[in-house]
Amino acid sequence: MKIEELSALEVSFNRLIESLLIKKAENEQFTVRLSSEISQFTRFNHAKVRQTGCVADGWIELTLMKDQRNSVRQFPFTGNWEVDWQLAYTALQELRDELILLPIDPYLVLPSGNNTSREIHSGNLLAAEAVVPTVLELVAGLDFTGIYAGGVVIKAYGDSSGQKHWFATDSFTLDYSLFSPSEQAVKGTFAGSDWDESAYIAKISEGKKQLELLARPVKELPRGQYKTYFAPAAVADLLLMLSWGAVSEADIQQGNSALAALSRQEKQLSPKFSLKENFQRGLVPRFNELGEIAAPELPVIEKGHLVNTLVNSRTAKEYQKIANGANGSETLRAPEVSPGNLEFEQILPSLDTGLYVSNLHYLNWSDRHTGRITGMTRYACFWVENGEIIAPIENLRFDESLYRFWGENLIDLTTFQEFIPEVGTYESRQLGGSLVPGMLVKDFTYTL
Amino acid sequence: MWSELRKTIASFDIPADWIGIRAVKETSTTRLVRDALPQVNGKSFTVGAMLEVLVNGCLGYAATNSLELSSLQAAAQTAYNQALAASEWWIHPFRESERPKVVGEYKSPFIESLDSLSPGEINDLLVRICQTLKVDDKIVQTIASASTTEKESWFVSSNGSEVYQKILSIGTHYGVTAQDGAIVQQRSNNGSQANCYQGGLELLQQENLWHRVRQIGEQAVELLTAEECPTTRTNLVLAPDQMMLQIHESVGHPIEIDRILGDERNYAGGSFVNKNDFGNLVYGSPLMNITFDPTVPGEFASYGFDDTGAVATKEYLVKEGVLQRGLGSLESQVRAGVAGVACARASSWNRPAIDRMANLNLEPLNGTFEDIIAGIEHGVYMESNRSWSIDDRRYKFQFGCEYAKLIENGKLTKTLRNPNYRATTPEFWHSLIKVGDATNWQMYGTPYCGKGEPNQAISVGHGSPVCVFANVEVFGGGV
Repeated sequence: MKIEELSALEVSFNRLIESLLIKKAENEQFTVRLSSEISQFTRFNHAKVRQTGCVADGWIELTLMKDQRNSVRQFPFTGNWEVDWQLAYTALQELRDELILLPIDPYLVLPSGNNTSREIHSGNLLAAEAVVPTVLELVAGLDFTGIYAGGVVIKAYGDSSGQKHWFATDSFTLDYSLFSPSEQAVKGTFAGSDWDESAYIAKISEGKKQLELLARPVKELPRGQYKTYFAPAAVADLLLMLSWGAVSEADIQQGNSALAALSRQEKQLSPKFSLKENFQRGLVPRFNELGEIAAPELPVIEKGHLVNTLVNSRTAKEYQKIANGANGSETLRAPEVSPGNLEFEQILPSLDTGLYVSNLHYLNWSDRHTGRITGMTRYACFWVENGEIIAPIENLRFDESLYRFWGENLIDLTTFQEFIPEVGTYESRQLGGSLVPGMLVKDFTYTL
Repeated sequence: MWSELRKTIASFDIPADWIGIRAVKETSTTRLVRDALPQVNGKSFTVGAMLEVLVNGCLGYAATNSLELSSLQAAAQTAYNQALAASEWWIHPFRESERPKVVGEYKSPFIESLDSLSPGEINDLLVRICQTLKVDDKIVQTIASASTTEKESWFVSSNGSEVYQKILSIGTHYGVTAQDGAIVQQRSNNGSQANCYQGGLELLQQENLWHRVRQIGEQAVELLTAEECPTTRTNLVLAPDQMMLQIHESVGHPIEIDRILGDERNYAGGSFVNKNDFGNLVYGSPLMNITFDPTVPGEFASYGFDDTGAVATKEYLVKEGVLQRGLGSLESQVRAGVAGVACARASSWNRPAIDRMANLNLEPLNGTFEDIIAGIEHGVYMESNRSWSIDDRRYKFQFGCEYAKLIENGKLTKTLRNPNYRATTPEFWHSLIKVGDATNWQMYGTPYCGKGEPNQAISVGHGSPVCVFANVEVFGGGV
């Protein structure tokens, strides 16, 4: 999006807040959230284009609060003032009519404070017409599949107490797979704000080398426990489970958390495992749904001990805790797992005999309250003997507790970390990602 | 809307072979109460249009949330540019015949309109459900929610299509968490968000609601002292609310033709099924009859036409155990040379249509629930999904349920907690030894079937009777 178009949207958003402030009654409070994007989505299969298009979308979420009651309206935001204001004013009136009918919410949190922020991250993305030739010319002859998603994403906030935030970023992700004739695959992600042709060439070259390893006959392994190296992308998948019924203070209080035993100090993880929220990379907004700003860093697990859960202001009010700027769902937004002592060159010698797992797939709690997770290996996973890659494996199902693989069975984490970008596009293009090392684990349980 | 869209199409100055506009207007409400206190009350409204342009066999799209003429014209130009830019690299040369002319309309059946109860009355009902769920002090959380959606869509094309569809749907959910020290159990009404149907507010208060609410609370407390599900191989009896997930994951997804063609390999995965399997593959036992049926009144994913204008009809996908046809749109059918169904669907105006499941049902055969249990010497009966995972080829799966009963000598006996089972898809469906009758056939649905790049969550419906599978690996929880 051109800078002048971006600027027009910001002007329109600010005008919306100002107009709502004028219309607001004395005993009313409101918050306004904006999510907007103009995205190029090009989908590939067999190094051809399957679908290609552009989506211009944007919506406002207006929350009105009065007399300890609240309700929300979400409606389109187009940048056309007449259209947008009509929708906003209609929503305001509907909310007023509805609030008097609703029960009292004792844990309602009103916006407060005077936080403001404005971040604009410009990029140098491929022009729309250049995406297809630029991506595909390099992979001609390969079985290349995936999606390019790129463009501007805006997240903004304003409220009746005067807080205001604007976060706009130009970014792209190329999320792809290279398949071998035997349907084994190498996974790759290439992301950033500037398209770097030489970096893309290097990524594809790296993928081609891995494809050679995948050409070997596939080894089928019996179920059992295997020493396993998890590459950073696989660690990131395991880490994402902590945002689904684990690190949330509300989940702990309400009996929904896999980390309840850790919280009660009945169990602990390995002293080698530390996790924090780290917003210092600037890839995601630090403000939440109430305009509160999270600290640049928040330790969550330190040397195996749960030192902080994610607490939003509503949870804090309900359970008499101290809020730490968490979002409404108390999920990790900028997670980082600390590195360990395993050098890159020592990964295969330290693994010796076992599994090299590059990626995981379709994780779910199999028994949340004991921290047990099931899922599948996927993409470029190998059998290793005597420190040497022998063969790709048939995919295996695992079922294992985080109290074991991040606890007594964690051998070490790598000295290096990788940034695994968030490539999700449900509702809108997601931002950010996880900064994680690889990890070596003993006796990891594979069941099918 | 019709005259505006017709005028819009006529106004385009683009040398395209075909142009389509799919405008969507959707209003949804969500109300959620926890522990008898309000958590979420809200309404969301979205409106926009998806424009598709066919140029030299290439389709390009552009979606905009502004329905002004100038925005639609700009979107059409963008879609044209997209198609042109991809023309040398297009995966298949499509023709206008993959977008046939169609005229018609579909409307969901309903009795009471979606605004026949006020937000306050709906909150009151949810509060009462929470209060009734709390049958014991060991219930540490109660939850109840109701959501409604009214979705209208208009599809027009340069070759004369005019389709209008209006879908009203409702989803309800309630459940509890029970805790005794470190033991925590959750129980809900048929699993998370499984009660999703097309219809009006008459669906909010189903028959025997209050009996069922109390039962959910009582069963959660019962699970706290129940035995762990044993680790063994035995007869597995699945209730319709778990069959929903079983059909969805291990039949629906593997036979999607776009997966078989490789479109989904980078995200959701491929399939163990290949193109030559249609008409040949013995997918399961002869008792297995699976239909694609968007015509069932009230089922969650019913419709008259898919999002490219194909007319929706009931078709057998698996008949007496043999795979007949795939879940593939007109585009996928012409690419694969395989018979498909009217299943090109998009989650909203801002996503292009892809192959989707709609309603996928297991047809009933014979046997009441009592007859089925009476015929089993040893087994485990499971209800309500709580955990799901399957590999990218839809082959090795592991699913877990909320609630189970041991079956001994033809009777349901002890309650079992943390019941799970695992198998491979072909092995499992070949082990189907009994399919219940219409008296135990039930339908459910979910709004959260995820697929596609860019990602799309879409509604699907699934109906099934109680089924018995022989010699399945079952196991419990804990470490």
